[in-house]
Amino acid sequence: MSTPLDTHPDTPGAAAEPAAPGRDLAQLGLAGALVLVGAYTFYDATTLRIGFGDPVGPRVFPYVIGTVTVLLGVLLALATLRGDVPEAEGGEDVDLRQPADWLTVLKLVGVLMVTVLTISFLGWAITGAILFAGSAWSLGSRTLVRDVIVGVVLSVTSWYAFHEGLGVILPAGILDGVL
Amino acid sequence: MENLSLLMDGFGSVLTPQNLLFAAIGVLLGTFVGVLPGIGPAMAVALLLPVTYGLDPIPAFIMFAGIYYGGMYGGSTTAILLNTPGESASVMTALEGNLMARAGRAAQALATAAIGSFIAGTIGTMLVVFFAPALASVAVAIGAPSYFALMVLAMVSVTSVLGGSPLRGFIALFLGLTIGLVGLDLNTGQPRLSFDQPLLADRIDVVVVAVGIFALGEALWVAAHLRRSPVRVIPVGRPWMDRADLRRSWGPWLRGTAYGFPFGAVPAGGAEIPTFLSYITEKRLAARKGRDEFGRGAIEGVAGPEAANNASAAGTFVPLLALGLPVTATSAVMLAALQGYGIEPGPSLMTDQPELVWALLASLLIGNALLLVLNLPLAPLWAKLLRIPRPQLYAGILFFAALGAYATNLQAFDLFLLVLLGLLGLAMRRFALPVLPLILGVILGPLMEVQLRQAMAISGGEVSGLWSEPLAVVIYVVVALAVLAPIVLRRVRPAPAAVAVDQDVREKEEEGVR
Repeated sequence: MSTPLDTHPDTPGAAAEPAAPGRDLAQLGLAGALVLVGAYTFYDATTLRIGFGDPVGPRVFPYVIGTVTVLLGVLLALATLRGDVPEAEGGEDVDLRQPADWLTVLKLVGVLMVTVLTISFLGWAITGAILFAGSAWSLGSRTLVRDVIVGVVLSVTSWYAFHEGLGVILPAGILDGVL
Repeated sequence: MENLSLLMDGFGSVLTPQNLLFAAIGVLLGTFVGVLPGIGPAMAVALLLPVTYGLDPIPAFIMFAGIYYGGMYGGSTTAILLNTPGESASVMTALEGNLMARAGRAAQALATAAIGSFIAGTIGTMLVVFFAPALASVAVAIGAPSYFALMVLAMVSVTSVLGGSPLRGFIALFLGLTIGLVGLDLNTGQPRLSFDQPLLADRIDVVVVAVGIFALGEALWVAAHLRRSPVRVIPVGRPWMDRADLRRSWGPWLRGTAYGFPFGAVPAGGAEIPTFLSYITEKRLAARKGRDEFGRGAIEGVAGPEAANNASAAGTFVPLLALGLPVTATSAVMLAALQGYGIEPGPSLMTDQPELVWALLASLLIGNALLLVLNLPLAPLWAKLLRIPRPQLYAGILFFAALGAYATNLQAFDLFLLVLLGLLGLAMRRFALPVLPLILGVILGPLMEVQLRQAMAISGGEVSGLWSEPLAVVIYVVVALAVLAPIVLRRVRPAPAAVAVDQDVREKEEEGVR
């Protein structure tokens, strides 16, 4: 976005990243990922068979996208080595002067993965409540009982709202017949 | 005048008690979600997509219109009361709006924002009523090569012109294009990039992408950097304006509308430039009148940008309805909603689905009016939302993001994709990759491939077929200009006025961070 905010690398946001001044070597990881993704996209396209009567075929688009993605990865690596630093995004609840708290993110991803794995047999009413209470706990809330109650109310209400109002049947899981 | 009678038909199908109820729910939900800190209009629409799943298209779109304008209105409330613009289009509103709030004039700032949004939204929607059908009737006639060129233009302009760093814009765009490749090839039916996963061969649902990148990515990013100190919210009374405020606001409202609409309507995208232009215009005009309150809370500085913001939002319906091209994140999500109903976006939308399009336009006007009627008295209530404790707030966002992604297809696999895309969204915020080009790539990539193949099939495989139409040539020239202009402009010194405003913004931002 071209707000004036973004055009100044010296706003407080940029200075907050703990990376060595002038370089952000983590960006090389992103550049590497881009090269990998682009190369795989290109390789994947070579496995496709070409159809008849279609001068473009299914390969051209992935070829172009893959190649350009690799190129962009290389450009990003060059830019990083020449001292290009990303200006991380600010926001209402974001405090960029603190070092990033990856533990919280890890906890949240864990809670989400629990959701992914349990939703089919526990059902939305239970999984949703765990998701809410677990996320709130991960984010530093220490009112566990209240969070569980709020979570249950949210998930049961949304189950009924989708069931009755929208005709979308979320899985009831082990509560089948109870809800 | 034919357009007006079609619009009246639209009102006819919208104005039932049931549909008005949907409009009211949409406005309230949109405002509710929009006021919540950390949620902009695009995320509000993405999170609320599943609410419309079980509905018929017309009531669903009526609700969407309300959510859309409600979300934008909510954004300005946060900007004024918290001094933290949730999205780049509210940056200019936050500048003077928060100063007004600190000077005890929060009520007036909220009122001028609300009324200005209403006026700009209404004028803007009426302009869409007149422009979009005309453009669509021309657009139906354009061939595949020109349509392909138009999509290139939309991508390039959103990616390189608007972004602070074109390299990062293009990285985001190509990540989006890669995601758009996943699934069965449209002509030969072979799976691409699907890792032998039948669920991936089905293509990744745009809703999952939007919710993952916008909602989950944002929540994870905030989680990593959560502000531990409580936020200061400025108390607000019931919004009202006296005669002097009104006299000072109507000019900026109209000028802001005039700036905003064209920027939204021409696929150059974004409300950043018009809000910025509106702000400096009002600042200059105020200085000329010798009544320069700018920097101390000038009502003109809220009225103008807020009107420009809303007029631009209305304007984005022109390319969206006439060409099927989304140019903002919010309209991209709305396009995803259209596709969810099996409605193909494109130049023929207005002729294929006239009832839906005119109902949508009518409901935009109704939603806009309801917003004003319902929300002016409710402002103190909305302001209370800003005090929700952050752990519970973001837990709620995760909850609804999961609900939305899951309810689309009822596949646990979609939730897994959601987590992956959320991590991608987190990485994008860490590395300052803009979100909009990615979403645009996901949506436009597959459409572009269809057009490219058609164009090439028509020309019998000759690449020159791509510029066989004069319109296509013109568009490619514009694309070239769009790429070169920023490079040239960067070498020229910025205008002194712009520098002055930049200075203000930076000072305000620093205060905001503190």
